[in-house]
Formats: sequence, structure tokens, C-alpha cells
Amino acid sequence: MTEPIIEFKDFSFKYNSQAEPTLKNINLKINKGEKILLAGPSGSGKSTIGRCLNGLIPNIYQGEVKGKCLVNGKDITSTSLFDFSFTTSTILQDADSQFIGLTVGEDIAFALENDCQPKDKMHQTVNQWADELKIKELLTQSPQSLSGGQKQIVALAGVLVDESPILLFDEPLANLDPASGLKTMAIIDKIQKELNATVIIIEHRVEEVLSQPIDRIILVNEGTIVADQPTNQLLHSHTLEKIGVREPLYLKALTAADVNLSSIKEVDQISTLPVSEKISDKLAAWTKQAKITKKEADNLPLLKLDHVGYQYSKNQPYPLKDVSTTINQGDFISIVGQNGAGKTTLCRTICGFISNEGKITLKDQNLSDLSIKERAEKIGYVMQDPNQMISQKMIFDEIALGLRLRNVDEETIKQKVDQTLKICGLYPFRHWPISALSFGQKKRVTIAAILVLEPEIIILDEPTAGQDWKTYTEIMSFLKHLNTIGKTIIIITHDMHLMLEYTSRSLAFAKGKLIADTTPIELLTNQALIKEASLKRTSLYDLAKHYNLPDPNKFVQAYINFEQQN
Amino acid sequence: MNDSKILGYQPGNSFIHALNATTKMIFLILVSIACMVTYDTRFLIAICILSLILLKVAGIKWKQVSFIVKFIIVFAIINIIAVFIFQPTYGEILYHSKTVLINAGYFTLTAQELFYLFNVILKYICSIPLVLLFLLTTNPSQFAASLNKIGVSYKVAYAVSLALRYIPNIQESYWSISAAQQARGNELSKKASLGKRIHGILNIVTPLIFSSLDRIDTISTAMQLRRFGSKKKRTWYVAENFNLADYLVTTLAFILVLVVILLFKVNSGRFYNPFV
Repeated sequence: MTEPIIEFKDFSFKYNSQAEPTLKNINLKINKGEKILLAGPSGSGKSTIGRCLNGLIPNIYQGEVKGKCLVNGKDITSTSLFDFSFTTSTILQDADSQFIGLTVGEDIAFALENDCQPKDKMHQTVNQWADELKIKELLTQSPQSLSGGQKQIVALAGVLVDESPILLFDEPLANLDPASGLKTMAIIDKIQKELNATVIIIEHRVEEVLSQPIDRIILVNEGTIVADQPTNQLLHSHTLEKIGVREPLYLKALTAADVNLSSIKEVDQISTLPVSEKISDKLAAWTKQAKITKKEADNLPLLKLDHVGYQYSKNQPYPLKDVSTTINQGDFISIVGQNGAGKTTLCRTICGFISNEGKITLKDQNLSDLSIKERAEKIGYVMQDPNQMISQKMIFDEIALGLRLRNVDEETIKQKVDQTLKICGLYPFRHWPISALSFGQKKRVTIAAILVLEPEIIILDEPTAGQDWKTYTEIMSFLKHLNTIGKTIIIITHDMHLMLEYTSRSLAFAKGKLIADTTPIELLTNQALIKEASLKRTSLYDLAKHYNLPDPNKFVQAYINFEQQN
Repeated sequence: MNDSKILGYQPGNSFIHALNATTKMIFLILVSIACMVTYDTRFLIAICILSLILLKVAGIKWKQVSFIVKFIIVFAIINIIAVFIFQPTYGEILYHSKTVLINAGYFTLTAQELFYLFNVILKYICSIPLVLLFLLTTNPSQFAASLNKIGVSYKVAYAVSLALRYIPNIQESYWSISAAQQARGNELSKKASLGKRIHGILNIVTPLIFSSLDRIDTISTAMQLRRFGSKKKRTWYVAENFNLADYLVTTLAFILVLVVILLFKVNSGRFYNPFV
């Protein structure tokens, strides 16, 4: 029997700032060398558990502790944060905001600097880890200039220098493009094996985490542990969706096709699913019976881009270049591609935030004749971070701001704002201060603030990044509703499933160029495009291939249709 | 935003970039104090020319600094007008003579007053380029390392370097928030009246402060998780040694201070007086 390295005994925790305890009576044991996925919806308490493991609780986030929590034999209530840092290494959610050093090398060395290591020894250690993780050529670059995947690896190197026995990852996939996400998971797996470290991953994107084997999944909901089972056992029990965490797609598809999952022992990887004719037949039959509805597009051209480009600086490696396309009335478009491929830049040029090369016309009107303000009445842009948009204290005022600045009379404003609040499902909150809202609700306030100006096109920059499945569904069904009432919607996203399920057309970018303009299904079944744009093949396609279905694309299409109808 | 518009450290190969951050800071502090103290026109002109040459040597482009320079010019002009309005006779008192140029009652303009104001302007031209030079050519981490080396607590040193580092980030957030606000209809261009523009800018500042506070919170947690502040001392990955050039530049700074002290004797006071 191995000794547990982490042990919670009847543990409860209440933040001083909150009335109710966030963790209630937790009992949990994690052994040395285990690889654990800690999953749960936002606000479930999974991050709070993470904070106990690295000593942020109770050292930084103070509150009331009941019961015991031992990490590597140390009681968290009597251990300082600094002592903990030798036990638990933490990689925070947003790699970007946790970089401290000005260059990659300096950032990796940060902990060593604080330990007063001599300069030569530091350089030696940094070089050794850079070699190990193959980032040696990045050492003199600024961490901010790296791609999303590289950032994660640098952040990882910065904590590996401590050689602590526990590695804690807080939503490592939240800001990554799909290909980088896969790569990150592979590196975590490799490091875990080499160091025999205990790895704990906090994530709600279960399918992506499971791209590498995980020993055990711990499900947290409303401050309690609702399941603590080996991966396969948990997947069999279907508890994930009950608490608002999305199940891996291929499993949902298998269930939909009436395949008896409980008879299959290992379901955590597609590659180990047993290949049997019975299952293949069931899937093929299911594909056949599925009705595939195609949305009729009227193709009324709305926005035309003609050789649009933009360059931030002379030494920018891949400036946005030569983008030509036509966006039609009522389109629901997803813009996908690698971090830094020019997606956000393109949207900013469309909105006139930055001037552009080439020509953009909206219904034959050249947009370069219009100011940002005038364009905004036709094209609305919702930024990724709602905190960068919100400037008022009350919900009503925030949404009314655009109209007030356009000198609309107060009566019309009230009428329009109320109407928008109703569409966005915010009407009951209209007298609330914005600070009392959740992230998803804030996001809806910013969408409402744009919607009230009645633009014809709404552009959203990663509307669901870092959101749990519930908020995700909430935001997306709202956007779908807007689309059905005639708004043209453009979304920048890294979420392949979002692209498949909600959008009807995809623009894929790589290195500043538009490399594909097609349907999401076509895009995600074209291996060359997937690779070039750093996307990830959907597991549905892998499943279809695994069972040798005659037309994998049709299977994917059938399942997406099935989801849309339910 | 455009890279070249950002006011912050940008790597370069000039001799000034290569200097140790401590050297540059000592030079900046000593020469600025010297220029603030003295009103010796010859000395000020010499430093003016020197600092403009240094800007050129460092390869700093007008685009990078135009915004901040214009901002300072406006303030400098306001300052000078205010000085003149409050006491148009200050020049005569200083220089013990009176050469009237334009007779206008209270606002009578004398050559002495004009000369005094000219000296005030020279002071701006001396120190502003030096500050810009320092900001744009000093790697913030090296700066922190050198502050620590001359005896400043490393926590303070790191705070200063983080602040310097975040100037470009905050500038960038400012631009994106500003664009978002303009899209909402907040006119910030020259088309709007000054009052409206000031009110509009307030609407940008609120989200800017909140998003900056979030960022500070995250970074301070990240730093503590990696043991920042656990010991009384720390070492620096980027620490650099003093070279010959550093000794020379530091010596020059001290010589300039010495010159100012000597000029006190020569002019028998802070002011150089060409009128008597």
C-alpha cells in the first residue's frame, strides 16, 4: 500500500468573504505518482481544492478551516506558503498573466533567484530544463511573444526547476488552440512519467484531458465530492453531465447509437475500444436513419473583404495579409486557427479599431469613410474580456450608454433597453449593479450593450473561453436565437465542438492568411487543413474511422444534427 | 497597437543600451539635479545638445515618443505662460536690469524676463530626453538588479521594474478599451468638445483600473507561489558587471555636478547674468 501524498479528512472551508462554506466535508486521498483529473462546473469548489494543495489557502485566501488537510505530510494550517512551494508546483490558468521575467530564461529562473542561487548555477539549471522541454531557442525571447502552447511549456519549466513532488495544473487548456492543447497534455504525461510526480489537473474539458491516460477522476459539485472513481468506471456511470460537465463526444455518440457501453471495459480512449462488427453495424445503421437537414442559405452578400491586411510592426513574422471573402446576411460564422494567426486583428480591422490595407465594404458602402462610432452602428464587436468593456455601475446604464451618447431621447432609450434586456434574459436584473453578476451574465450584458445599437453583424471574440458547459450552453443558445431572428454572427473560437454544433461556415486562419472558407465539417475532416490551422479532429471522426464506417463525414454530420435537434 | 508607438523598453545595440542600468540611473539622477539647480545658460545649452545627441545615438524614433513629448510641451507652455502672468517683472529682479521690449502695463515684456523663460525651457529640454532615454533603453529587470545592487531593497526594486514593464501593457489595454468605447459612441476625436473628451476618457479609466487590479492580483499570487519574498536577499539571473564605459559615464556625471558647483562660484549664484 502506498502512502497518500495528499489527504483531506472531513475538511471544510469557508472564505471570510462568503457566508456559506465553499468546501463541505471533503474526504479524499491521493497517492504518490497518481494522475488525477479534478472536474466540476464553475463555482463547484474545484479551484478551492487546488488552493489548499499549494497553500494559497489559508495563507493568502483566509477563512475558516474545519477538519484536516495534509499535503506531503504537512498540515496546511501550519505551513507557510514558501514551504509549500517546494511541495506543490502550480501552473496558473492564464499563462500570460503569470509571467514575471522579461525573457523566457529569466522567467524560468525566477524561483531560483528567490532561493539566492548563484548566477552560474541558475543558468545551468535553466539550460538543462530548456533542453529537456525543447525550448532552448526561446530563452532570450519575451514570454508574451510566444504562441499559446509555448507559453504553457515555459510556465511549466518555471515550476519544474523546483523538482517538487506534486504538479498542479489549473485549467491548462482554457486559452489554448486545440492542437496546442493536445501537445500540452502529451508533455504533462511525459514529465509525469519521468519524474514520477503526482499530477493534479483542474479542468472541465474532460475529453481533451483524456487524450492522455488519467488514473482517476474526481468530480466536485457544490462543494462536495460527488464521484471519485477510476476513469473508466466514472465514464460508465454518466455522472459528468448530471453536474454540468460535458462528456466526451464519442461516448455520447455511442450512447445515441444505442451501443451498450457498460459491456465495454475500457472506454477512456478511442484507440482501445474493442472493434466489433456489432458496434460498427449499429453506428452505420444509426447514421443511415439520421435525417440530415441542411439549412437553406439565401446568400445575400452583406460584408465584403477585398485583400484586407494589417501589420503591427516591421518585424512581425506573420502579419495579416490578403484576406478576401464575402459574408452573407444571416451567416453564423466561426473564425478558427492558431493563437496569433490574425483572427482578432481581422475583427479589429473590420470594426475600424485599426486601419487596414485593402477594402472593406458593407452593402456597397466603403467602410473606410466611416468612423469607429459610425461603423459600430452596423457592426458590433464584443471583446473577450467583459471587464474591458464595462464602464458603468448599473446594468441599465451600461446598456443605455451607446444610445445616450448618440443623444437618443430617454423614452426611446428606456423602451429599446428594456426590449434588449428581455431578449438577453437580463430583464429581471435590470436594476442590479454589474458587480453582482457572474462572468456569463457580464458577458451577456456586453452583448446586450452592443445589440441595443441594432447592428447587422455581431462579432464575438471567444465568447465561451474558460466557461463551464452550463454557461457555454447559455451563451450559445442565446446567440443561436439572435441568429434565427436574422442577425449575422461571427465568432472567434478555439472550441471545435462549438464550431461544429452552432456555426454554418468556418474561416480558418494560419500565419496571417485565410487558408480555408468552408463548412465546419469539411474543415474538420481535412487532415491538411487541420494541421495547418492547429485544429483538432473531432473524436466523432476518430470513432467513425475506428469502426471503419463507410462515410465518416456523414456520421459526424448525423451526430451534430442529432445534437441540434435535442 | 502599433509596436513603435509603445513607450517602453525596446532592445537595441547602441552604446547606451549596453551600459549598465545602474550607470544610466546615476547619470539621470545627477545630471537632472544639476540642471534643476543651475540657471547657467551655457551649461544648460551644453546638456541640451548632449541629451539630444544621445537620443539620436540610441536610435529612438520620433513616433515612439511623439505622444508623450507633445503632452509635455503643452504642459511646459502652460507653465511658462503661468510664470509670466504671475510675475512679469521676475526677470528684472533676477538680472538687476531692465530692457523693455513691448510696453503693456502689467504685462510689459522685458528682455530679462524672456531670457529667464528661455532658461526654464532649456531645463525641460535637458531632462525630458534623459528620462525618455532611460525608459526606452533600460531593460526593467536589469534596472531592478542594479537598484538592488546600490542598496535598495529588492522588493522595492522589483516593484519599480514591474511598474516599468507594465507601461506598455497598460498602454495597450488603454487603446483597446478606448476603441471599444468609441464604438459605443464615445467620441474621443477632435470632433468632440474638450469637456466631452475629458468625460469620455473617464469612461475608459474605470475599466482600465479594474482590469489592471485583476492583473496585479494574479501576478502577485504567481510571485509568491514561486517564493518571492521568502528570503532577505535574492540573486539576479540578468545581473551585469560594471565595465570601463560604466565607470567613465559615472565619472562624467560627477564631473558635471562639479561643474555646476564651480559655476556657482563663477556666477556668484545660481544665475548666469549676461545683462550686467
